[in-house]
Amino acid sequence: MERAALRRSFVHRHASHCESGVMSSLLRHEGMALSEAMAFGLSSALAFAYLPFVRLNGLPLIAYRMPPGAIISGLNRGLHLGARFETFRSRQAGMERLDALLDAGKLVGLQTSIYWLPYIPRALRFHFNAHNLLVYGREGDEYLVSDPVAETVVRCARSDLERARFAKGVLAPKGRLYYLTRPPAVADWGKLGRGALTRTARIMLHTPLPLIGVRGIRWLARSVERLPLDDAGDAARLYIGHIVRMQEEIGTGGAGFRFMYASFLQELAAASGYAALDGLAGRLVMIGDRWQDFALAAARMIKHRAPLEPPKLAERLRELALEEKGFFRDLDEARRAWPH
Amino acid sequence: MRERDVPQEVNALLEVHRKAVYAVGDDGKLRIVASRGWEVEETVTRQAVEHLERCAQEARRRVLAGQSSPLEYHMYRARMDVALLAQAAGLWRWRVRRHFRPEVFARLPQHLRQRYAAALGLEPVALDQVD
Repeated sequence: MERAALRRSFVHRHASHCESGVMSSLLRHEGMALSEAMAFGLSSALAFAYLPFVRLNGLPLIAYRMPPGAIISGLNRGLHLGARFETFRSRQAGMERLDALLDAGKLVGLQTSIYWLPYIPRALRFHFNAHNLLVYGREGDEYLVSDPVAETVVRCARSDLERARFAKGVLAPKGRLYYLTRPPAVADWGKLGRGALTRTARIMLHTPLPLIGVRGIRWLARSVERLPLDDAGDAARLYIGHIVRMQEEIGTGGAGFRFMYASFLQELAAASGYAALDGLAGRLVMIGDRWQDFALAAARMIKHRAPLEPPKLAERLRELALEEKGFFRDLDEARRAWPH
Repeated sequence: MRERDVPQEVNALLEVHRKAVYAVGDDGKLRIVASRGWEVEETVTRQAVEHLERCAQEARRRVLAGQSSPLEYHMYRARMDVALLAQAAGLWRWRVRRHFRPEVFARLPQHLRQRYAAALGLEPVALDQVD
């Protein structure tokens, strides 16, 4: 009975990024209208990280946001959602638990490997183990899935979902599932927003490790500048293609996250009445446009439409680092001047 | 990015899907707009896919020349590298590399073949073929 009610009442929404989309849908289902952008911003998910010692198919990890899980746990903390997380040793136990939760009428979030999800276009299926989605029902051997990055709801066979939940490798999900145990309480957006801005400014400007935040962008610039061009530039082209791929495709990367954060600033300005954030949103949109220009310049080099000159790309990255540094300083200043 | 500038450059790799992107509308507010794709994205995705396909074809040539085992070919076909295949199969990396030797692969015990097949999403019999 409850299972049928969940199926009837659940509403899917197309989102830009899986984790923020999942949290937005989960909260809306529990009665709190929170946009994807607000979910992203309030959990201080914007970041930059260049981690050369973590290798993905031989290339460094470049992230334009906080690590997977940060949005869920950030909102869980801020909004006191009482989220429960469970992982499993055995596949069977993991699937049985999912079924039991669905039978009890729970909307369940899952961490999966995007490679094993058959409804994702083949070209986008790489071994990325932290793709989030929601399951809102089951029909025989098929699960009813709301994947935020898909335009509509989809179906996924039991065996495929099982494989995706128990994939191995970096960030192995181990069948991880999560659900909320109490409805979200009424929140003080101003207070939550101020805390979120403080954390994001601190991450971008003051992380002790130079690979994180604005300084990370400069380290990336340095590694781009030093790319060897001996093998006709093949390795260098793969490297810069990888930067753009991390930026644009995996969870709508650099520019996408900057635009989403700008949307958050606009919404926070409207919700709290603090208009200074509106101007900052406009500036961040311009920075996002610069990131897109960078991607375009890189793609032209990859396609041999422009000469391969990594130092030119490094120069663009340094400019971006400078602009973001100014931006996050002003954001921090505005946060401090916020009357409350 | 303005709403009217959202790229709709029909990225074939997205198949029938559209991506949600944020763009500024005429009222100055950001909102979600569905995009059919951006050529830049298609370029870098295609580059990564083709790189792995090239690796698989090179491995295939080595297999046919008797210099490598089909396991290496299937690893690239599944978009994996040695580190990931080793983790997925629950073996040490050096063992996976050893199984790239045709003579070692030829007498691989059934339980290891099954582990590789499960890790790669194949039937055990398909492990021997390089089509």
